[in-house]
Amino acid sequence: MSGGLYNTHNQNIDKTLDMKKIKPYGDTMNDGKIQMSFTLPVPYGEEAVEAAKQLIKKMGLENPQIVYYKELNKGFTFFNAYGDCTHTVDFTSIKVPKVESNVMSMEDTDKYIKEKIGRKVIVIGASTGTDAHTVGIDAIMNMKGFAGHYGLERYEMFEAYNLGSQVSNEDFVAKAIELNADVLLVSQTVTQKNIHIANLTNLVEILEAEGLREKVILICGGARINHELAKELGYDAGFGSNSFADNVASYIANEMYNRIK
Amino acid sequence: MNSKLGLDWKKVEEARNYAKNIAIDVQNFVEKYSTVSVERTICRLLGIDGVNPDEIPLPNVVVEHIKENKVLNNGVAYFIGNAMIEYKLSPQEIAEKVSAQEINLTKIKMNSYEDVVAVIKPIVEESVLKIKKNRKYREDFIENYSEGEKPYLYVIVATGNIYEDVTQAVAAAKQGADVIAVIRTTGQSLLDYVPYGATTEGFGGTYATQENFRIMRKALDEVGEELGRYIRLCNYCSGLCMPEIAAMGAFERLDVMLNDALYGILFRDINMQRTIIDQYFSRVINGFAGVIINTGEDNYLTTADAFEQAHTVLASDLINEQLALIAGIPEEQMGLGHAFEMDPELKNGFLYELAQAQMLREIFPKAPLKYMPPTKFMTGNIFRGHVQDALFNQIAIMTNQGIQLLGMMTEAIHTPFMSDRYLSIENARYIFNNMKDISSEIEFKEDGIIQQRAKTVLSEANELLKKVNEEGLFKSLEKGVFADVKRPFNGGKGLNGVFEKSEKYFNPFIESMLGDDRK
Repeated sequence: MSGGLYNTHNQNIDKTLDMKKIKPYGDTMNDGKIQMSFTLPVPYGEEAVEAAKQLIKKMGLENPQIVYYKELNKGFTFFNAYGDCTHTVDFTSIKVPKVESNVMSMEDTDKYIKEKIGRKVIVIGASTGTDAHTVGIDAIMNMKGFAGHYGLERYEMFEAYNLGSQVSNEDFVAKAIELNADVLLVSQTVTQKNIHIANLTNLVEILEAEGLREKVILICGGARINHELAKELGYDAGFGSNSFADNVASYIANEMYNRIK
Repeated sequence: MNSKLGLDWKKVEEARNYAKNIAIDVQNFVEKYSTVSVERTICRLLGIDGVNPDEIPLPNVVVEHIKENKVLNNGVAYFIGNAMIEYKLSPQEIAEKVSAQEINLTKIKMNSYEDVVAVIKPIVEESVLKIKKNRKYREDFIENYSEGEKPYLYVIVATGNIYEDVTQAVAAAKQGADVIAVIRTTGQSLLDYVPYGATTEGFGGTYATQENFRIMRKALDEVGEELGRYIRLCNYCSGLCMPEIAAMGAFERLDVMLNDALYGILFRDINMQRTIIDQYFSRVINGFAGVIINTGEDNYLTTADAFEQAHTVLASDLINEQLALIAGIPEEQMGLGHAFEMDPELKNGFLYELAQAQMLREIFPKAPLKYMPPTKFMTGNIFRGHVQDALFNQIAIMTNQGIQLLGMMTEAIHTPFMSDRYLSIENARYIFNNMKDISSEIEFKEDGIIQQRAKTVLSEANELLKKVNEEGLFKSLEKGVFADVKRPFNGGKGLNGVFEKSEKYFNPFIESMLGDDRK
């Protein structure tokens, strides 16, 4: 009778990495471990724990564990929980549309524009609609940039105009015409209830009505934006989280050249 | 005074004097002008409320009516008082008749200034008394029960629906929050009217309306009694309706108001003349109502770099302090702002943040400083975010901050979940209790990194204020001294609501609130 307790060599440990059947990794291949926290609108107590476990099972997780729970207010219980995911995804079949451009340094981008385009590129940017947040547009455009990536204002070959926040789409387009802009950058930070979708769509419609849509490179960015969504909405490119001025600048340089060559 | 930072008090005084001169210069401008929002505020304080069938607020209807007749420069108070003599009606009844186009306030017999002042006086007194009573109610509540210890734990609710906000706010109060701020819906600051009634739809926040104030006030009073602790209510006295919100807040006993002299100019592109005139009256009301104002210097650091621009925060705090003093706000009601916004990758960043927080504490010893959490470098990595917030909380307790706007680990992801607020409050309570008396136990090394940093920032702030004093505040704003933002004197929103006062103009509330009625 050999006690499993003393058997440190578990024959059943799965070591197979199957790219067609990917599962979360905790500390062992295919253990499927997921950590989560959520609140249920139910009174604190054992029934709450049971409800949380049942819900976790319905999410496709086995062995639900409630490691911590706490009453937030009468009728609301907060949980920290773990479970083992039963689902898998086929990683080999995944295709994600991306902005196609080689990311260049600021110096290389300037050089590229000088050589291939031969003039300064005029870029205007704004946080449009009711959005009052300039964090995104500032990170891309301001001289200082963000996290060590200088913004477009610092590039020699960009003439960059940051219009700030709460710019109406009408004013934005008017300014684009006035400045003869090559590129329009739109930032959307606050995106509750998907107002950003309506606002972004509205801009495309105005540009089309003005006969400008094909004449400019139209780019949107923000935490909730990705390239696929941007394309769907009629933009040339979309930049999500972890995009910096270099990404945007390189894309603009490449795209400008593609259009004239 | 003893300084842990070895601050040069002569230099502090010099900087404060520059700020004082800047504020006096601004006030000389303010005295000559009024705005449509100031006039609407006078309407509200005279008891005019409600909307017409097109949902236009009656204060707007009355002020527009007088403006259309091109005599607004005499001030709305005169015309309402005059109509009271002629029609023997209350201001509300007069406003309703104006709205129904039954009377024209500017085309009736004009009575003498003295008679008008006399007829309006009891209404002014009644209104002022109502605000005084609110103030007394707050003071009594705190005396009979209690209030949270400083730093007050300040959290936001932002569901867009006032009734859902109440659920969130009550839960937060029970978890230990001392101040509940109801975030306003995106874009309200640019509305040139205050919406009416209870609202359930907003983007990223809830409309500031008098009814919404009332609903939340009631809920917080109830939970406050249950907890035996006064729960403060905060809203946003900024944007194009700055003084109107102050009046509504005074009537509904709000306790804390975001109320910066420059914020609207820099971050909402509101015309600088409009904001500077509006901020004065709004602060007179807030000062009188016992409201703690919060200033918005933290915003400078989300736009500009927190390390390089630290001195602009001190400079702006000094200007805000002097402007607030002119408006009758005592130091104890000045929640001057600053923020923990340096790049977390910065070597010794914690030391620089500590120097900044301690410096502000020493320069504004009585002010309940409002300390803002990290936002700019919150990345979505909630686990690191929780640690950033913990460092922020440690600085607050080490430097005795007044109002701690709790950071949320889910900053930059979504408006806070109920559980986010709980985790933040738990974080702050743990640190504030565990490090309770740390500030009286520590000193800073002479000429060490922290002391030197504070000295540098003070010197730079002093230089900046010297320059602003030479050029004047308006010119300096045109040049972009704060937050790297440049604003033209005649640019921005709301300029067409500014007008020069005539000789006859009077605002009965400023005198009453700054004068003997104070205590």
